[in-house]
Amino acid sequence: MTVPTVTTSLAVSGLAFAYPDGHQALHGVDLRIGRGERVALLGPNGAGKTTLVLHLNGILTAGAGSVAVGGLPVEKRNLREIRRRVGLVFQDPDDQLFMPTVAEDVAFGPANFGVTGDALAARVRTALERVGMAEHADRSPLHLSGGQRRRVALATVLACEPEILVLDEPSSNLDPTARRELAEVLLDLDVTMLMVTHDLPYALQLCPRSVVLDDGEVVADGPTRELLADPDLLRRHRLELPYGFTLA
Amino acid sequence: MGAGHSHPLYLAGTSAVHRLPAEVKIVAAFLGVVCVVITPREAFAVFGGYLLVLAGVWVCARIPLGWIARRSLIEAPFVVLAVLLPFTGGAPSVEWLGVSLSEPGLLAAWNILVKGTLGVLTSLTLAATTPLRDLLLGLQRLRAPSLVVTIATLMLRYVDVIAGEARRMRLARIARGHDPRFLWQVGATARGVGALFVRSYERGERVHLAMLSRGWAGEMPRLSDAVTRRRDWLVGLSPVALAAALAVTGLVTA
Repeated sequence: MTVPTVTTSLAVSGLAFAYPDGHQALHGVDLRIGRGERVALLGPNGAGKTTLVLHLNGILTAGAGSVAVGGLPVEKRNLREIRRRVGLVFQDPDDQLFMPTVAEDVAFGPANFGVTGDALAARVRTALERVGMAEHADRSPLHLSGGQRRRVALATVLACEPEILVLDEPSSNLDPTARRELAEVLLDLDVTMLMVTHDLPYALQLCPRSVVLDDGEVVADGPTRELLADPDLLRRHRLELPYGFTLA
Repeated sequence: MGAGHSHPLYLAGTSAVHRLPAEVKIVAAFLGVVCVVITPREAFAVFGGYLLVLAGVWVCARIPLGWIARRSLIEAPFVVLAVLLPFTGGAPSVEWLGVSLSEPGLLAAWNILVKGTLGVLTSLTLAATTPLRDLLLGLQRLRAPSLVVTIATLMLRYVDVIAGEARRMRLARIARGHDPRFLWQVGATARGVGALFVRSYERGERVHLAMLSRGWAGEMPRLSDAVTRRRDWLVGLSPVALAAALAVTGLVTA
């Protein structure tokens, strides 16, 4: 069987969604991310970023519009494969790391997707090596630092070999060193990435392209440096660079 | 298994008993307790035999007698009732140091005391030689209901997270001058417990999302396909064979 070359990792078109209480969180979002791209998703609180992210792996189902990952539409019958293809890293690693040891947690995803035995052990080892946590495999996530937990959370998703990595606020609650270390790990990964963040310098460092979401709509999409150099745009959408930070 | 899975009842070691697969030890402990329970209470010597079998396991596992004796005190609150029975039971009664004690009451008290103690000692032996994580893996291999294994696995991971949250909430209350010394001041503490429940519930929902995102299909995946060896079963169940022989002796002679 010949597999057509897919160059689009994520295609979202006309996505609309209202919560059961009637709150319309997304009003027709269009977004296309090419394979290998690193894109930051920016926007104020309540803009619909998390709602959008939960649509990508079918936890929420679109009211209208469609989502496709690597060419495969997000539909009920594809959910299993979709969830393998979309690697969601949650904001609080304590939510993501639910198994008693690091190695078991990293094994959880691939084991659910049918990987067993030596192949499973190899997946776990490789994923932990990619984030520099191989020597902590048998420890409890409880006894790791914030930065280490974040990297293990990343490994749990990498072990599933996703088509696209989706990170929710990866730099939150990290000390500056851990924040830098995570950036180094992320820059080293050769995967498609969508990063939800309020940390604009982090977006600039990691993502050549940014998308601004406000009130359930994409209001800007372009090179991160250009968007962050537009003070009017930032002000309109409640985005702010840290004090003393200027783009040369 | 790394640190962090130790519990106060676990005594780290590398003895043959420690190395046995958890499922073997769980089955052995369960069958051992069954033997104790079916033994007639009048078979006094047989209970001594059970204690000797357990002592043999302690020697193999290098568990000091004092260590296990101290932890067996956990039983104390549960046997208070047994102490009352000789005074409240019916006729016939015996005189002892001028006190009239009911004979059936004495026997009933002995029955509770000896079987309870042997049960507690057996459980302590299992706990002393098996980390919590291994106990759960053992239950999984024994095909315990998957929901039970899942809940216990998550509890093992989150009990400390929730305790940490409770500690931070308590600090926050104290930092704002809360100092509950009297019953009518516990309102804030009670509300704190409520808030903790809501927080834990919300965390539960987020964890569930995280599990779904990584392909959760309702059952903990089996992360190792190791099969229990026949030899381990034979070694692990050998004390049970002794206990079974004792139980049969008790049943026949009583």
